[in-house]
Amino acid sequence: MSTAARQFLEAAGTITRNLRHRGLIQTALRKYETARDRKKAAFHDWSSARQSAAETKWDAINHLDTYLEEFVAKLESRGTKVHWCPTGPEARDTIRGVIRDAKAKCVVKSKAMTAEEIHLNEALEKDGFEVVESDLGEFIVQLRKEPPYHIVFPAMHLTRDEISDLFERELGSAPTREPEELTMIARRALRRKYVQADVGITGANFAIAETGMVSITENEGNARLTAALPRVMITLLGIEKVLPKMEDLALFLPLLATAGAGQTVTGYNTLYGGPRQPGETDGPIEWHVVLLDNRRTELLADPEQRDALHCIRCGACLNVCPIFRNVGGHTYGTTYSGPVGSVITPHLRGLQDWKHLSNASSLCGACTEACPVKIDLHHHLLQNRRNAVGDTPSWIERLAWRAHAFAVNTPALYQFGQEVARIVEPLRRRLQGTPLDPVKSWTRTRDLPPVAPESFKEWWRNRQ
Amino acid sequence: MTARERILARIREALTVPAPRPGAHGHDAGHEVHPATAATGRPVHLARAWLPPGGSTPEEQLTRFAAASAELKTDFRCVASEAEAHAQLRQIADGEGWKRVASHHAPLTDAATAALGRPTLFTDGGYPPDDLEACDAGITTCDVLVAQSGSLVVNSRTSGGRALSVLPPHHVVMARRDQLVGDLTAAFQRVEALHGRNWPSMISLVTGPSRTGDIERILVLGAHGPKKLTVLMW
Repeated sequence: MSTAARQFLEAAGTITRNLRHRGLIQTALRKYETARDRKKAAFHDWSSARQSAAETKWDAINHLDTYLEEFVAKLESRGTKVHWCPTGPEARDTIRGVIRDAKAKCVVKSKAMTAEEIHLNEALEKDGFEVVESDLGEFIVQLRKEPPYHIVFPAMHLTRDEISDLFERELGSAPTREPEELTMIARRALRRKYVQADVGITGANFAIAETGMVSITENEGNARLTAALPRVMITLLGIEKVLPKMEDLALFLPLLATAGAGQTVTGYNTLYGGPRQPGETDGPIEWHVVLLDNRRTELLADPEQRDALHCIRCGACLNVCPIFRNVGGHTYGTTYSGPVGSVITPHLRGLQDWKHLSNASSLCGACTEACPVKIDLHHHLLQNRRNAVGDTPSWIERLAWRAHAFAVNTPALYQFGQEVARIVEPLRRRLQGTPLDPVKSWTRTRDLPPVAPESFKEWWRNRQ
Repeated sequence: MTARERILARIREALTVPAPRPGAHGHDAGHEVHPATAATGRPVHLARAWLPPGGSTPEEQLTRFAAASAELKTDFRCVASEAEAHAQLRQIADGEGWKRVASHHAPLTDAATAALGRPTLFTDGGYPPDDLEACDAGITTCDVLVAQSGSLVVNSRTSGGRALSVLPPHHVVMARRDQLVGDLTAAFQRVEALHGRNWPSMISLVTGPSRTGDIERILVLGAHGPKKLTVLMW
């Protein structure tokens, strides 16, 4: 078993018994479900909208080279510097270089899962830069020195009291039980940072090929400020974010907001097409767009699971997943948790070390049903299981299947087996799950159906 | 080989093997063409018909915009004349005790700030960020308003820059009735018609005041951006 798998089992064992955690997650997700269902109902036809989005993303991903080149050419024509980064370390070094060249001290950052993926904050802090997360949830988990709990709701696992204690300890604020006051404490702490920061780092939700623009979705206005006041702006995005046309956003923005948070559209959806242009009054002088591969091309090379690159990171599959709802976000030990994380992490970080995630699923299909771009998530989990076994087949399992195949293809042997099974049935029952049982790790928690007193053939014969 | 060439080469190699179309579940043959693509042969965009409705008549659009605004906690006031909008603006300013406001030069905002008669920071041609941060309100125009979602669109060229509409604690938008359209598709068309592909560096779809639900999923307004959003329309 890999270290990651052992850690997963251990963490899952502890947290599933934690009733406080369970209560928090259930309450938060119930609120989400109510809002989402109401907004879904406002659609004329939710399922056709999903299909259309899936087709659009299919088009984008299956012509990725063309759209990326179009996107980059348009960006460059308006003075944006584009950096192509095949790996995480290369993206990190590129960003560190830009910040060093800008002679920056303070860096303000808006939420970006891609930055979590390449561990950007740690690298920048090691270089001695102050990096301030500006999204409220990210700000909270940064103070706790924790990774985000959920790709959309980073601090979903915390109560207001825990946040109040944290702010009291780290920011010296007075304790309070009001979410509004807590938000205002963070607002005051961060406001100065926007004005002081030399560099702003953002993520991105969509890259529009047709116009060469990046679209950033947020509710708080922190990304707007991050992209307005610092003199250098850096945007880090995965190469899979492309959409062909600006009008595609008319579909994707409502889908993302509805599936992700139960809103018609998110508070701020902002398109950036360049650094400050002639005649404009503010905005960064320099804009660097960092395009990250980091093994996305390996996922692209798997046609069976290529649609996992359609993901718009709305978090809908996490919210409905019975596993996520029991084990929570941190148990996964991955940047992307929940069903989509279980599907893509083995591609991004190695199948053998992360294959256990494919088994952390009841294959109920709730994720596939929830996905606004119709990624076939639960089948991909099955495919990952198959691929993991195919890579390192167990000889015992292979032998067992071969024997099984031989037996079921040989009627005489099969019938003989039935007779034997009927005789040893009482013994088997007594042995099941005990140390004498050779397959006890399977049978300890599972029942075999009892052997029928007569086979169908016998039953038929007796009726004649 | 540059990094760009390396990534593009890997993409092209990966794409030599085709992937099944969405919904085909690995069985491409016999897959029915979905109505979404049947008409155009290419994905999108009849999608508009499946999204939440924006209203087909101006009256319906106005009703929808008002309903969406109420839900978003946007203070939306549709009045009979520009003079009445200015009266409302003065009333809000008195109520909140505004000392200094920020705005930009455009016919609608020039008339509004003149009628308001308070010290005004105009962001056109540059401004110190600290001064803008100290203003009580930012008064701007917008490109278009969207009935479907209760949104409005500001941009970095004709709405006073990137920060004016998001840094002061109260964002006030002066708008005309004919700037209201039904849905996002129409809004993107209007924005394109206004700028004719000579895009401003930032175009922002603003939907309600700044908000967060990061603490126990409880809604709080004014996370980083404006705590209040007022739309004055006539």
